[in-house]
Amino acid sequence: MIPELGQLALILALLLSALQCALPIFGAWRNAKPLMATARSLVVGQFVFVALAFGILTYAFMVQDFSVAYVAQNSNLELPWWYRFSAVWGAHEGSLLLWVLILDVWTLAVAAFGGKLPEKFYARVLGVLGFIAFGFLLFSLATSNPFTRLIPAPMDGVDLNPVLQDPGLIMHPPVLYMGYVGFSVAFAFAIAALLGGELQSSWVRWSRPWTNVAWGFLSAGIVAGSWWAYSELGWGGWWFWDPVENASFMPWLVGTALIHAQAVTDKRGGLRAWTLLLAIFAFSLSLLGTFLVRSGVLTSVHSFAADPKRGVFILGFLAVVVGGSLLLYAGRARYVAGGKPFALASRETLILIGNLMLSVSAATVLLGTLYPLLGEALNIGRISVGPPYFGFLFMLLMTPLVLAMPFAPLSRWGKADVVIWRRALQRIVMLALIAGIIAFALGVHRWMGLLGVTASTYVIAGTAFYAIKRWKEAPRGRRYPLEMLGMLFGHFGVGVFIAGAILTRTLSIEQDVALSPGQVVHVGNYDFRFDGVGERHGPNWLAQQGTVEVSKNGTLVTVLHPQKRTYPRGQVQTEASIHPGVFGDLYVSLGDPLGPSTGAAGSSGAWAVRVYDKPFVRWIWAGGLLMMLGGFCAAADKRFRLRRSEEAQAHDPAGIPVSVIQPVQQQA
Amino acid sequence: MKRALLVLVCALAVLASFTAFAIDPLPFKDAAQRERFQHLTSQLRCMVCQNESLDASNADLAKDLRHQIFDMMQSGKSDAQIKQYLVARYSDFVLYDPPLKPATLLLWFGPAALVLAGGIVVIVLLRRRTKPTAQITATAAADATGDDW
Amino acid sequence: MNARLIPFAVFALLVVLFGVGIVWNEHHDARYVPSPLIGKAAPAFDLPRLETPSQHLRKADLLGKPYLINVFASWCFACGDEHPVLMAYAHRFGVPLIGYDYKDAPGDATAWLSQHGNPYAMVITDKQGQTAIDFGVYGAPETFLVDRQGVIRYKHIGPLTPEVIARELQPAIAKLNEVSR
Repeated sequence: MIPELGQLALILALLLSALQCALPIFGAWRNAKPLMATARSLVVGQFVFVALAFGILTYAFMVQDFSVAYVAQNSNLELPWWYRFSAVWGAHEGSLLLWVLILDVWTLAVAAFGGKLPEKFYARVLGVLGFIAFGFLLFSLATSNPFTRLIPAPMDGVDLNPVLQDPGLIMHPPVLYMGYVGFSVAFAFAIAALLGGELQSSWVRWSRPWTNVAWGFLSAGIVAGSWWAYSELGWGGWWFWDPVENASFMPWLVGTALIHAQAVTDKRGGLRAWTLLLAIFAFSLSLLGTFLVRSGVLTSVHSFAADPKRGVFILGFLAVVVGGSLLLYAGRARYVAGGKPFALASRETLILIGNLMLSVSAATVLLGTLYPLLGEALNIGRISVGPPYFGFLFMLLMTPLVLAMPFAPLSRWGKADVVIWRRALQRIVMLALIAGIIAFALGVHRWMGLLGVTASTYVIAGTAFYAIKRWKEAPRGRRYPLEMLGMLFGHFGVGVFIAGAILTRTLSIEQDVALSPGQVVHVGNYDFRFDGVGERHGPNWLAQQGTVEVSKNGTLVTVLHPQKRTYPRGQVQTEASIHPGVFGDLYVSLGDPLGPSTGAAGSSGAWAVRVYDKPFVRWIWAGGLLMMLGGFCAAADKRFRLRRSEEAQAHDPAGIPVSVIQPVQQQA
Repeated sequence: MKRALLVLVCALAVLASFTAFAIDPLPFKDAAQRERFQHLTSQLRCMVCQNESLDASNADLAKDLRHQIFDMMQSGKSDAQIKQYLVARYSDFVLYDPPLKPATLLLWFGPAALVLAGGIVVIVLLRRRTKPTAQITATAAADATGDDW
Repeated sequence: MNARLIPFAVFALLVVLFGVGIVWNEHHDARYVPSPLIGKAAPAFDLPRLETPSQHLRKADLLGKPYLINVFASWCFACGDEHPVLMAYAHRFGVPLIGYDYKDAPGDATAWLSQHGNPYAMVITDKQGQTAIDFGVYGAPETFLVDRQGVIRYKHIGPLTPEVIARELQPAIAKLNEVSR
């Protein structure tokens, strides 16, 4: 009975979303205040029903109602309650519902905090968000209903895939979706601006905090996914350029370009067309990611089960939303040119170059991800595109960006003081070289490792150089506006990330050994002593648990317990044991027991064990989290808060009164 | 159905302790050889569990191929020869590093072409914007106090 | 105006690509990888026979007439699916069907065949799977058609079905027989 209520709630939400889309947009077109005023209540109504549906699905999992097919497929009687909770979004149908729920959370926030926006604009933004919700709710009801019943209900469910039975599942999808889906707000703002033809850049200022928060969440979501892959998949890797990972990385790259373009448009009025286009692209890539993951067009480590009907639906929706917005852009964008001029050496130029590299990187990731598909379509054979391609090209494309990064904050808007550049360059390069020499002395001898150290120091020193300069020159109390603090954290995070990513790659040691109880293997600077294997019970698993004592120079560092778990349905899962550290992780995985015929004589009880020393791996995620912090800081800046709507409309922040803006036709 | 079955096989790749596993102690000569092996196998795709590299796959065939590659390394074959051996049997699909050939020209040179095209657009934009250079002074942005931020 | 339509045009191409992808997915097995050995000489094999392991079958022994090699194993689920089809069609191919027992303990294979029936003219075993690597085998069952000069002319990955046999295998065999006339 209750799951049917859930289904009913979804249907009602669908109806409300249709109204939420149609009425306000029509009202804005016709300048009908009552219609526009319906937006807020429709948003609340739709949210209530989606939340209700989500709540009911969660309830079905918690009480283990196996008459609901989705629950039966993703849970079983022995699953601990916290994974029952997160199993709600463990597969396609439920994660789609989560997608809509989070969209509604964002829409609700816009409805609540956007009251000071001009009426028509507000109505249009909510209308666009309504359309997106409508599409996804329709998709859910038509092809991916989470409330489908299974009759007769089985006594016990299948199980949640053991790989998903990890804290990572609890965190990664919700945080990731907050980012992914959050770009819909910037998108809605852009479309509302295009629809209304109000292309003065005030709408950009309004959309900045929303975009920065979404970008922050997306950064955190990607970090969570990477950390989860590292700790759960067991092979010491943290990024595989898997299509689904790429699906989240592309919006992030474009999102990074977007937040910087928004800064230019907000402060100088320039790059308006680019800001619009990037806002459309960022969300389009989110939608594209949704398509790739759920249509089965690409095989991947964690694509959801594919169904061509679903693929066709999302593709259609994608075509309408993105195609429609790009057509709208093509039609309206000629009204968009403007903005203050700037010199060749200026902050604007550097941001432009950075955005170019970010956009090309996103396009490259897209190219590589889709190339196998292209190969099949054009019948040129089955081609694999993997980490060697992506990693190589990404590093190459990011090099100009990394080189330019310290100089952008140092440059003024309009015209940079090149003398400062020279001074900064000297200091930063010197520090980077010194760091490289120190690294060499400490044992980093590979060119890649030295490159990582110098690049990372270059970025961090550059950021610090600006921070110190600012401290010296700005008056007290106004030293670090939140927006700037956000920039400092973000750029610092990039430096930390570079160090982590490159050093882990060059300094990691991975060794497979056959160990009998009592045997020691020396990896890195540590001694790993294997103490045999025992049995261990968990809530829904039985494990062979090994004990490995790790010491350095005779002092005990930690005791690790790698496991091989067997789950109720027979699935076997390796649970690596990790000793985290600021400067590196120690990581042990348990393999198979080896018969007495292998290994030394008398070595019964020997096991295959994989040992890793992974220096600086946590810096990768620390860098990502610093970027997230940066995004949130920047968003919190009071200068982005909405003033009263009359003020907001009176002046283009670039200083040109609105009435003077004419379509600049000769530049079309 | 077939595909689901294969996915199941890969998911249950270690059904009993007698099946192969990616943790595979091999008698490497030294750290350099071990790293070369790990680097090489991580660039090769497992044909059975097609989402995993040879380095990480638990499939039986992956283990056989790893041993094969190890033997070939011991007998002095180069990385290129080993890759050639595998490609002759399993096609280019087994390489995660797409080989440079006519079919992959777009893949390898596309990004450079995009940088070029984008660069031209940027240059055009810059020239348009920076024309009145004489009049550009370092103007303050939105802040009345003259602060650049 | 035209320049502004470029993003739309690129996107439209992408949508077409995806549409093709969905359709392609419907008609093809995503795991299927075309074999690079088609049109090339089959690897020279020398493998023991299942019933009489002291006797070996060599590639050279089979030159002069086309034949089919069917890679199977007792532990392979899909081979079980395929087996009834082989039992029905083995004598209708017009060429000998040779069973290639892949990574099996010989006892298991014999037991499996006596339980399910033996459609093969003869069975060879590859316990280590070494020769199978030379054949590019990655997922049993797989079926190879080899011509009289020992060149692989056709390969099917996955269980044979009556449709595949009618649509692909029998025409391929017929072509070989034509050439030999």
